[in-house]
Amino acid sequence: MNIKISVKNLSVFFGNVQALKDINLDVPANKILAIIGPAGSGKTTFLRCLNRLNDIDPDMHFTGEILLNGKSIYTEDTNPVELRRRVGMIFALPVPLPMSIFENVVYGPRLSGIKDKRRLEEIAEKSLKEAFLWDEVEERLDEPALKLSGGQQQRLCIARTLALKPEVILMDEPCSGLDPVSTSKIEEAMMQLKRDYTIIIVTNNTKQAARVADNTAFFLMGELIEYGNTEKIFTAPSDRRTEDYISGKFG
Amino acid sequence: MRIDPKVSQKIITLILGIATGITLFILLYIIIFMLGRGIPVLSWKFLSTFPAKMGKAGGILPTIAGTFVLTLVAIIIATPLGVGAAIYLVEYTGERKIIKIIRFGAECLAGIPSIIFGLFGLSLFVVILKMGWSILSGGLTLAFMIIPTIIRTSEEAIKTVPYSYREVSLSLGATKWETVKKVVLPNALPGIVTGIILGVGRSIGETAAVIFTAGSSLRLPTSLFDSVRTMSVHFYILSKEGISEKNAFGTAAVLMILILAINLIAYWIMHRFTRRNV
Repeated sequence: MNIKISVKNLSVFFGNVQALKDINLDVPANKILAIIGPAGSGKTTFLRCLNRLNDIDPDMHFTGEILLNGKSIYTEDTNPVELRRRVGMIFALPVPLPMSIFENVVYGPRLSGIKDKRRLEEIAEKSLKEAFLWDEVEERLDEPALKLSGGQQQRLCIARTLALKPEVILMDEPCSGLDPVSTSKIEEAMMQLKRDYTIIIVTNNTKQAARVADNTAFFLMGELIEYGNTEKIFTAPSDRRTEDYISGKFG
Repeated sequence: MRIDPKVSQKIITLILGIATGITLFILLYIIIFMLGRGIPVLSWKFLSTFPAKMGKAGGILPTIAGTFVLTLVAIIIATPLGVGAAIYLVEYTGERKIIKIIRFGAECLAGIPSIIFGLFGLSLFVVILKMGWSILSGGLTLAFMIIPTIIRTSEEAIKTVPYSYREVSLSLGATKWETVKKVVLPNALPGIVTGIILGVGRSIGETAAVIFTAGSSLRLPTSLFDSVRTMSVHFYILSKEGISEKNAFGTAAVLMILILAINLIAYWIMHRFTRRNV
């Protein structure tokens, strides 16, 4: 099994508050990993360590190591800007930037220095197709992205991340504000995308984890309680707390 | 004795309505009073000719030019400094104590009477730095005076840009500066422009700080080291020296119409800008 991301003894603190406690976890390539757990269990913090978005909080410090393709992402000479192109992120609420649909998708490629209009158009089309949005916006790429519906906006955000040609896609509760139809479209896209990308999804919806994930990790109060094959976690969890959470006894 | 709630509601509505009405009346009265005396004086000749007999006769051409040039210099100096400081304070520093002190300082600066700025500009620019009574001295003084306003309004505008925009931009591989340039500033622009317009308004209307630093020459300026007279100063001299009440009101009318026009144009630009992407 090809390991994409390897997390070793990761502990994260914000000021004096410990958000993650000694996490050890290997993420296999081209699979979907779901991270489940009640609010405040450190799921989002964990995700934001993987693209170093936690760096923008001056109170954050950590111990441990995170390897991407076997190389630490927190060394002196890793450039977080370059890392974030390789590890893309989808946020809980779709946040289209207040510019056109086209400009949203090519935001990343433009930053990496691509100026050729034809190239950018190709990237936009390919990314929008991969995110299952092309057919709906093909005719109106110059319209403001804010005019799209919520579900379309989230798929636009996915396309925008895909345009970076990342290796890993982090999704932070990407369907929390969406209706069932939009959710199923995004899940459909995820199943296609895992052929080319490694996906890590944080979700509050255990059913969603069961539907899409190959592997599932259960976080509770900053600790990784259980991690394994999704089917095993959902049918025969080895920890009592996992079972209680999945069966809805708390959370 | 309790007043029937219906009656008390009516009384309150009436009192608040009267307060609004009086305010509106005063505003309209000032405008009508000033324009009523000023507009009859206006003519193309008044705007396009030089004053004669120290302003007793003739037009106000050099004072219009002086106002424009001085304001332009002030804005060119104050905008990059003010907006730059605002970006630094919001984007590049945490909410630390030193920042609070800087912000408090900027607010105090905004509250200093303009005549103090005038005296300061006279001592520093005109005398010590030997710039004389000039556009440069006056422009620098006005810039110092309006920088706090620009910082304050720009800061507020930058803060209203949703935090999530910054996160998204960073997550897409933008650096901090690219994020500021491509996402934060464009979205904060209407607010920043408002701050600049406020600065323009203060510069155009300023008299005390300008009379000390830019002088009161009635010639058309040809260099930054020439002295100029702004409309406000001209207006002040005409009234105070009792030269010509008629021309003073004429100048005041031009000043008021100019400020109204600037506000309308700014409003129009911002309206166009904000509508483009929403």
